[in-house]
Amino acid sequence: MDALKEKEPMFSAKNMGLIKSPIIKDNPITVQVLGICSALAVTVKLEPAIVMAIAVTVVTAFSNLVMSFIRNITPSRIRIIVMLTVIAFMVIMVDQVLKAFLYDVSRQLSVFVGLIITNCILMGRLEAFAISNKPWPSFLDGIGNGLGYSWILVAVALVREVLGSGTFFGIKLFDTPWWNLYELGYKDNGLMILPPMALILVGVVIWVQRSRHRELIEKN
Amino acid sequence: MQEFISIFVKSIFIENMIFAYFLGMCSFLAISKSVKTSMGLGVAVIFVLVITTPVNFLLNKYLLSEGSLAWLGPAFATIDLSFLSFIMFIAVIASIVQLVEMIVEKSSPVLYAQLGIFLPLIAVNCAILGASLFMQEREYETMGQVAAFSLGSGIGWLLAIVMMAAIREKLRYSNVPAPLRGLGISFILTGLMAIAFMSFMGIKI
Repeated sequence: MDALKEKEPMFSAKNMGLIKSPIIKDNPITVQVLGICSALAVTVKLEPAIVMAIAVTVVTAFSNLVMSFIRNITPSRIRIIVMLTVIAFMVIMVDQVLKAFLYDVSRQLSVFVGLIITNCILMGRLEAFAISNKPWPSFLDGIGNGLGYSWILVAVALVREVLGSGTFFGIKLFDTPWWNLYELGYKDNGLMILPPMALILVGVVIWVQRSRHRELIEKN
Repeated sequence: MQEFISIFVKSIFIENMIFAYFLGMCSFLAISKSVKTSMGLGVAVIFVLVITTPVNFLLNKYLLSEGSLAWLGPAFATIDLSFLSFIMFIAVIASIVQLVEMIVEKSSPVLYAQLGIFLPLIAVNCAILGASLFMQEREYETMGQVAAFSLGSGIGWLLAIVMMAAIREKLRYSNVPAPLRGLGISFILTGLMAIAFMSFMGIKI
């Protein structure tokens, strides 16, 4: 027991920092510029966005964990192929689970589940963190980066679904038994559904975030 | 012939990899600081796309999709290996990128010096894997269609990154609000360019 107590506790301040810092200060999307490809195409509705966010968080956390376990027996020359194999294995698992239990969402996400493989968050975190750290911190780092990715995805999806389709998880917001804004002349903003608005919204998120955390502002 | 041209034009403008599907955004945002380097990356992307997508097409047709193993004998006709497609495609892409790098290095040192740094980066460019997955999803039937699709997607990607780089070079002389500088304004610019590209959407080919 004594030997156990001397070790670092599972949820020490340092380990919790690994989860917290990627959420705002070191966010994978807005600061590290990783994993933008799939982030934008799945944010028309909340449901696929949340499924995608969970999928990416799970894949990041577990591939970080696996890679960290085998980091000492992997020759550095072939590490890229090993990483891709680990990631592809995890993504296949997630894809099969989605097809079995959430078939409709899996159809909506189409190729973007497969594209998690080339999502730069995964390679980036494996290369930058898991390859040189112990399994438990790597796992937490994966969860943290997954969450940082998730909140941006969900925030953008929320704005796009509410303003674009006037719904919230498929529930109509402006056409209810109590009020009907469409009769008063309200119109859904069709532009929000179109892909370009996702980019502009992420741009706005970056704007807000950097004006609150001025140390993130770029020089040029 | 008309069929190939329509797929080609469609994949450059209407189904542009960047402006319609946001594939390859990571390198698109990171490399598009000068026209010269983005030209190099664009050519490398075309190069790799044109080789990998047809190879993956053959793999998909004769190995992975349902009933594709029928050429081995009737006992294999019901096997569906499509769940393996992610891992096969990414393995093909990673090894072809490596192979292309070695061949270019031996045969054309000038081209290698120009593409050099970008080639390894391409293995994890989503546009490459995305093209293979779209090829599988849209069920193209002949090699010609796949070739037209991959060449068109590559040229569309090149067009997008070179335009973006040209705008960003000019942007250096503009007074952008401090928190938007760099990444933020690039996102908004890409969004505006994508809106412009949407005007092609109405065209039926």
